[in-house]
Amino acid sequence: MCSLPVPREPLRRVAVTGGTHGNEMSGVYLARHWLQAPAELQRLSFSAVPVLANPAATAACRRYVDHDLNRAFTSSFLNSRPTPDDPYEVTRARELNQLLGPKASGRAFDFVLDLHNTTANMGTCLIAKSSHEVFPMHLCRHLQLQYPELSCQVFLCQRSGEESYNLDSVAKNGLALELGPQPQGVLRADIFSRMRTLVATVLDFIELFNQGTAFPAFEMEAYRPVGVVDFPRTDAGDLAGTVHPQLQDQDFQPLQPGAPIFQMFSGEDLLYDGESTVYPVFINEAAYYEKGIAFVQTEKFTFTVPAMPVLNPAPSPAS
Amino acid sequence: MTSCHIAEEPIKKVAIFGGTHGNELTGVFLVKHWLENGAEIQRTGLEVKPFITNPRAVKKCTRYIDCDLNRIFDLENLGKKMSEGLPYEVRRAQEIYHLFGPKDGEDSYDIIFDLHNTTSNMGCTLILEDSRNNFLIQMFHYIKTSLAPLPCYVYLIEHPSLKYATTRSIAKYPVGIEVGPQPQGVLRADILDQMRKMIKHALDFIHHFNEGKEFPPCAIEVYKIIEKVDYPRDENGEIAAVIHPNLQDQDWKPLHPGDPMFLTLDGKTMPLGGDCTVYPVFVNEAAYYEKKEAFAKTTKLTLNAKSIRCSVH
Repeated sequence: MCSLPVPREPLRRVAVTGGTHGNEMSGVYLARHWLQAPAELQRLSFSAVPVLANPAATAACRRYVDHDLNRAFTSSFLNSRPTPDDPYEVTRARELNQLLGPKASGRAFDFVLDLHNTTANMGTCLIAKSSHEVFPMHLCRHLQLQYPELSCQVFLCQRSGEESYNLDSVAKNGLALELGPQPQGVLRADIFSRMRTLVATVLDFIELFNQGTAFPAFEMEAYRPVGVVDFPRTDAGDLAGTVHPQLQDQDFQPLQPGAPIFQMFSGEDLLYDGESTVYPVFINEAAYYEKGIAFVQTEKFTFTVPAMPVLNPAPSPAS
Repeated sequence: MTSCHIAEEPIKKVAIFGGTHGNELTGVFLVKHWLENGAEIQRTGLEVKPFITNPRAVKKCTRYIDCDLNRIFDLENLGKKMSEGLPYEVRRAQEIYHLFGPKDGEDSYDIIFDLHNTTSNMGCTLILEDSRNNFLIQMFHYIKTSLAPLPCYVYLIEHPSLKYATTRSIAKYPVGIEVGPQPQGVLRADILDQMRKMIKHALDFIHHFNEGKEFPPCAIEVYKIIEKVDYPRDENGEIAAVIHPNLQDQDWKPLHPGDPMFLTLDGKTMPLGGDCTVYPVFVNEAAYYEKKEAFAKTTKLTLNAKSIRCSVH
């Protein structure tokens, strides 16, 4: 868990990763397309490298083969001695760490953008580690200002004391785009197009930064996790009910104590028994059933982001 | 105006199948719930058996283990010699056939409801395999009327080459129940409620029928499959175009020649050709990418049913 200071040099080594989960189709198809035709990832001062992060899971159209790749980037997985029995994704995480990292080293990529979809109604969600990461926060702000109609929400996923485990944490700076709702295994044109446009704008922002644009301080609102809530289950561990119709699709909306959160198969409602308002996200995400998560509780908070240091404009590659 | 009716045998045994595809969760959890507490599906004089058809796929929350259970209830697969080397679903199909079939057998099940979900925006859908089945046309008419104003569509898969050998086809009266949109691996309360209502009305119909109620002649609008359309693909067989935003979520709505159908990754629109208006269904169903089906074209027609009454009264 090492957040390096704000960049003082132009960002040269940038990657865009799709197919970290092999059934999240926007990123899969974008990565495949760019591997054939990378021109749209090029800018004057750098070119982003497309990467298909989990080829085996993508080929099988599954989230993962042995182990969730986006949980495999802890130092324990990355640095332990390889064995022939290692899960596919642990081996792959080490390969990606060689390619885009090593994590927390000076040789790591400057920036990795990781593309995801969710079955939850999260719209356009920007996932970064923490409010202390100045560059990603300015990037999020830029996306919000460019696309006010998308209402981009910022989710800061790292809990204090916890080590980062996701793919974009191998680089010096990173961000994940999480677009939904989209079923696993489905490629929707509207979501695909939105993802593609957002990637282009991310690269444009990096180019602006590299060219010496000033980004002043600002106030930002974001959501950070305070807990998770599992589905109601039978003694055997099976579902006993599901997300209540009044909570379904209400990601980022306030959930008050006493509001219904689950509907049992036998008909009764279960109510939220917390003491304060929370903002649920990842409501009814397919991949989280096995992780025991019906939704993630977040709190909304506001913080100041300092101005970014202005670079001397980067020379373009030709000069 | 005719007073004659088709006299049908009373319905004795009904099965409700869930988990034919292990990641279509509404049927899985309705059946599991009814196995614990079956009060809601009981009707006097009727045996109603809920049943999980593909338990291994349900456990892994995947569509199937080796092959699609809902495509292999043909004579060839049912007749294969049982062995450990057979695909799991083929062995399972034979077990199911012995438990619930054969069609027209003495102890066989009269009606099988097979519960499914789709990622397509198809709402409440009933699937019919035989356009001349008076009893089922009457049942579907009853369900549609009872659900109104909630729309309920009837998809007719009768076709010389496109009809497939479904799990439910081993019964005299096979009924497919398909509700969407719902992602694979997700259980939505609103979809659960819709499917539950469809089953309730279906069982009420059977009960009224067995009690001697005469159902007068009726007509229903159905959508009959004409042809399946694949995604445009590149030389490596990869998908080269997506369902166009104008067609996405527009199941059952007319698609006219010239209307946008696909959008290439380079931004080019590909329109519907030919000179017939069609009604697309199963638009962008996740499970059909590997079956090379982006959507199915249907044509709208009306089916008529004669009056029916239970022969016992």
